Amino acid sequence: MSSESIDVALTHLARDHSGRVLASLARRFNDLDLADEAVQEALIEASQKWPGAGVPENPGGWLYRVAQRKALDRLRRASAEQRRVDRVAADLVEHNAPADDERSMLIDSRNDDGPLRDERLRLILLCCHPALAPDSQVALTLRLVGGLSTEEIAAGFLVPTPTLAARITRAKKKIRTAKIPLSEPQHLSERLDAVLAVLYLIFNEGYLSRSGTGEPMRVDLCEESIRLSQVLAGLMPDHSEVHGLVALLGLTHARRDARFVNGEMVLLEDQDRSLWHLPEIRTANAALGYAVRMRRPGRYQIQALIASHHSNARSASDTDWTGIVALYDQLVAMDPSPVVALNRAVSLAMADGPLAGLAALETIEGLDDYHLLHATKGELLSQNGDHQAARASLTRAHELASNPSERHHLATKLARLP
Amino acid sequence: MILLYSDETMHPDFEPGSPEFEAMMGEWMAFNQTLIDAGQMIGGASLSGTDTATVLTKNHDGTEALTDGPYAETKEQIGGYYIVSADSLDDAIDIARRVPIPVGKFEVRPIAFRPA
Repeated sequence: MSSESIDVALTHLARDHSGRVLASLARRFNDLDLADEAVQEALIEASQKWPGAGVPENPGGWLYRVAQRKALDRLRRASAEQRRVDRVAADLVEHNAPADDERSMLIDSRNDDGPLRDERLRLILLCCHPALAPDSQVALTLRLVGGLSTEEIAAGFLVPTPTLAARITRAKKKIRTAKIPLSEPQHLSERLDAVLAVLYLIFNEGYLSRSGTGEPMRVDLCEESIRLSQVLAGLMPDHSEVHGLVALLGLTHARRDARFVNGEMVLLEDQDRSLWHLPEIRTANAALGYAVRMRRPGRYQIQALIASHHSNARSASDTDWTGIVALYDQLVAMDPSPVVALNRAVSLAMADGPLAGLAALETIEGLDDYHLLHATKGELLSQNGDHQAARASLTRAHELASNPSERHHLATKLARLP
Repeated sequence: MILLYSDETMHPDFEPGSPEFEAMMGEWMAFNQTLIDAGQMIGGASLSGTDTATVLTKNHDGTEALTDGPYAETKEQIGGYYIVSADSLDDAIDIARRVPIPVGKFEVRPIAFRPA
């Protein structure tokens, strides 16, 4: 087997199986650290042995067996824990026939969690526990559920690896010391909101850090968050907002290849729509239809409906802007944040003209330091022929923007003003 | 009640079992014993570091939020304290939630050590 296909198999092993194995071992030993270390060691063993021995027939089952052995080895080595080891080890070794959850682990079924469903869900809920700092929730979810290495996550977020490693260590210390439990919470829907927020945050981080240089990213956070959302949708099929999030992310990501031309950012209305990935749009629309039929609306479904309006329109002028404004009205009612109001103002300008948009912008409070408020204002003023005021707003936006492509886009806008 | 405030970054980090650790603990034990002997000891504990703290906020509108980290006092003051036994952070938060104060902040922190 070529070293390239070994690499692919190893990546699959980490992404598709490690979160599941970790969830199961963490539950079995009631020890997240032990489970994490055991899985990491097993992944290292795979990278050392597979190039010579080949990829085993059932990689998931292999990982489970090896990680379990590593966990037991670790427990044996910790002499202070000897008694506990004897108890657990005897228990495990005596079972010649694998228990139900083990059996399903040994069957290579990438998308069927079976009895492991609850364990994986508990692990995701633990990683996204609101008692952990948001940064830590994101890092832990990608690392423990998503199977990404610390280096990969650090690269995705453009932070030094030691910083990311410290973040994970701190979070694991808090889980251990404060006893954040690996259990299904009482208030499941509230906690689900926190999980969805983490997945959305990961997506947005990937979306914003994406550049037009065509340089392939080592880790695509957008794809990772879509993958994890799909896992969550499989675990919680009856929650409409999970499907709403899957749809929103899918619809947004489907436009990725049209967002930049020669390294320059292209706004939605100017994008070459033939570059949008139609099969992905269809898949996302199907998820959205499934969600909406449950008749339990939420902010992700509304945002996905807005994205779907764009995806289904052949051109910007062909877009149902009035329908989009109506959806934003609903979104404002659910989430009265100024950023939502800003997006509503943009769609209002598309529906009723720049003056309507500018009037709506005037009512927004608390975004004076947000570059997109000033960028929008500059754009609408310029459309309305007030170039002097437009220049002032675009200059302010350029001062506040930090993302290089956005800065470049604003600088170009400024240079093109009459 | 006496609340102990000090800079935790300056706390000595002795390995349990080391002579330095034993000396430090001996000092605390001796102090505790003076209180016990005088019949003045009601309860007390050493808490885990603030990096293990969680704050439950109950808002005026009935919503609540959990955040990582200790609570920095602003206009609220500590009006009392409970030492409870809980199996997990979620259980402890549930107890904090039931404290009959409708609007306020509740810092939940694990106890590191408590004199018998």
